[in-house]
Amino acid sequence: MEFFDLFREDRWPHMFCPGCGIGTVMNCFHRAFSEMNMDQDKTVFVSGIGCASRIIGYIRADSIHTTHGRALAVATGIKLANPDLNVIVFSGDGDIGAIGGNHFINAARRNVDISVFCINNYIYGMTGGQASTTTPYKSFSTTTPYGSKEYPFDLAEVAVASGANYVARWTIRNVKELTSSMTKAMQKKGFSFVEIASPCPTSFGRRNRMADPTQMFEWLKIIAVRKEKSQAWGLDQLDLNIEGRITIGEFIERNRSPYGLIA
Amino acid sequence: MRLPPGSYFMQGNEACVEGALWAGLTFYAGYPITPSTEIAEGLAMRMPEEGGTFLQMEDEIASISAIIGASWAGAKAMTATSGPGFSLMQESIGYAAMTETPIVIVDVMRGGPSTGLPTMVGQGDVMQAKYGSHGDYPVIALSPSSVQDMFDLTIRAFNLSERYRVPTMVLSDAEIGHMRGKFIVPRTLEIVNRRIRTDRVWHDGFAYDETLVPKMPIFGKGSRVHVTGLSHDIAGYPTSNVEVHEELVRRLQEKVERHSDDICSLVAHRPGSRRMLVSYGSPSFAAWEAMMQSEDVGLVDLKTLWPFPSKLLAQAISGSSDVIMIELNLGQMFREVQRVACDEGCRKVRLFSKVGGEVPRPAEIIGFLKEGG
Repeated sequence: MEFFDLFREDRWPHMFCPGCGIGTVMNCFHRAFSEMNMDQDKTVFVSGIGCASRIIGYIRADSIHTTHGRALAVATGIKLANPDLNVIVFSGDGDIGAIGGNHFINAARRNVDISVFCINNYIYGMTGGQASTTTPYKSFSTTTPYGSKEYPFDLAEVAVASGANYVARWTIRNVKELTSSMTKAMQKKGFSFVEIASPCPTSFGRRNRMADPTQMFEWLKIIAVRKEKSQAWGLDQLDLNIEGRITIGEFIERNRSPYGLIA
Repeated sequence: MRLPPGSYFMQGNEACVEGALWAGLTFYAGYPITPSTEIAEGLAMRMPEEGGTFLQMEDEIASISAIIGASWAGAKAMTATSGPGFSLMQESIGYAAMTETPIVIVDVMRGGPSTGLPTMVGQGDVMQAKYGSHGDYPVIALSPSSVQDMFDLTIRAFNLSERYRVPTMVLSDAEIGHMRGKFIVPRTLEIVNRRIRTDRVWHDGFAYDETLVPKMPIFGKGSRVHVTGLSHDIAGYPTSNVEVHEELVRRLQEKVERHSDDICSLVAHRPGSRRMLVSYGSPSFAAWEAMMQSEDVGLVDLKTLWPFPSKLLAQAISGSSDVIMIELNLGQMFREVQRVACDEGCRKVRLFSKVGGEVPRPAEIIGFLKEGG
């Protein structure tokens, strides 16, 4: 599948900033989707509000850009109204971790057969760089000018605890693993969740001495620790601060019956 | 199996359930809230029998979001709630209007504001139904005032919603919802299905004809449509072009206004009487009693609240010199009635208002009639 078989060429160029990680995610998704031979006409893309949510407007398929935080609830409605459809959600940390947090934990609990790709850029990018629920402790944003006083959510861990069937987290540096996880997520029956740590030099990096995209790439390299090593070191995303660490890897793969198929 | 034609004795909320199934409901999502809960409970039982989907969501925002998604997946979708839940749904009602998603919302009104009187009647949501979400957008709101109406108007709500692709509300209240009464399922019922399209919609997903209602592409049929709550052109693509925005918002409004003759309805008893009572929902019972016990008094029972049936009301009160609005709030629809009555040259327009909790007694209305001479 050529790139513009999947994406809407007539909407190019896209709106994303230079150095944004979303382009990489779209590339990885293109690879994963192409390899799977999924029926594009039977696949619906759903999103909420924010930078990551704008991806679906560029995809050449049925797509619905919903209200802030509600993507998972809308996706649940689509999937259960027509179970023949593949339902894929692109969303961000604001949608998933803050305004739509209730829908996130309940969609995972309900284990509806949808795949969620959450691009976590640790900031509200579209509104100009306010702190989100994943903004690292002590880091700066327009609403945390003295450094964030709150601890961030570990979205992947929340997904595991809430009952998702497949959960992984990668940074956009891990393109192979990310692509493979996207494939697994789409193949997996039930709720699957892939968190993608992504750079936002414009809104996050600029206020945290990483205005240059390459500095953000370096940061992602430093903070990301593979699960195997991470557990050995006892590191935890909850302690993420600007010098801290996040764990990456596949966190769970299980086969709880998806919603509606419980015998 | 649909309720066979015949005569039944049921609760208003139960009649709503049966009406929805007759209308072709295939997807329900809701969250429990008094006094609407019997609708969810009834559908939890009935939907699997009818091959549909019943879903209890985590809150009312999720409920309305789920039915919006289901509607785009081709379902006839509904949710039911009451005041606090209705407040939570407002953003998505605006979204449904903007994206022209046919959905039905049943609001069984209780005493407000806030948590208010959860088990008791009120009519405080009628302005919210029209103006609760931000921006200018169209809605259709119907007002049942009997168990029969709960059945009939639920079907009508689906029909209007499907025909005009507008979020449509059934503004019932705790008395009508919980009242038990007789209703009839007729042998034939008009059921409307949305006009759909299944072709690829590259650059005209929201193209419209003289009806102003675009044919709806359904997810999974190969249309590859993009839907967004952002201002969008006829392709469905987001735009910041002010002319396109203006055309869209005006067309959405005009879509309902142009068809208001089809949408609007009311029941007028003794139209043109010297004194005319105007009511909707549960106060209509007392108003009818008061009318029957008085000389030269008529009654208008509004069945459509939004768009406001100005033309029909004007005809019904033409020649009247005293118009009395009866409602269970501080006078929300009163201004609409006043506007129409003043345009008709009626000298006196009065408000009989109860805040809620109980319906007015006929004697109170008769007393009010006498006070004003």
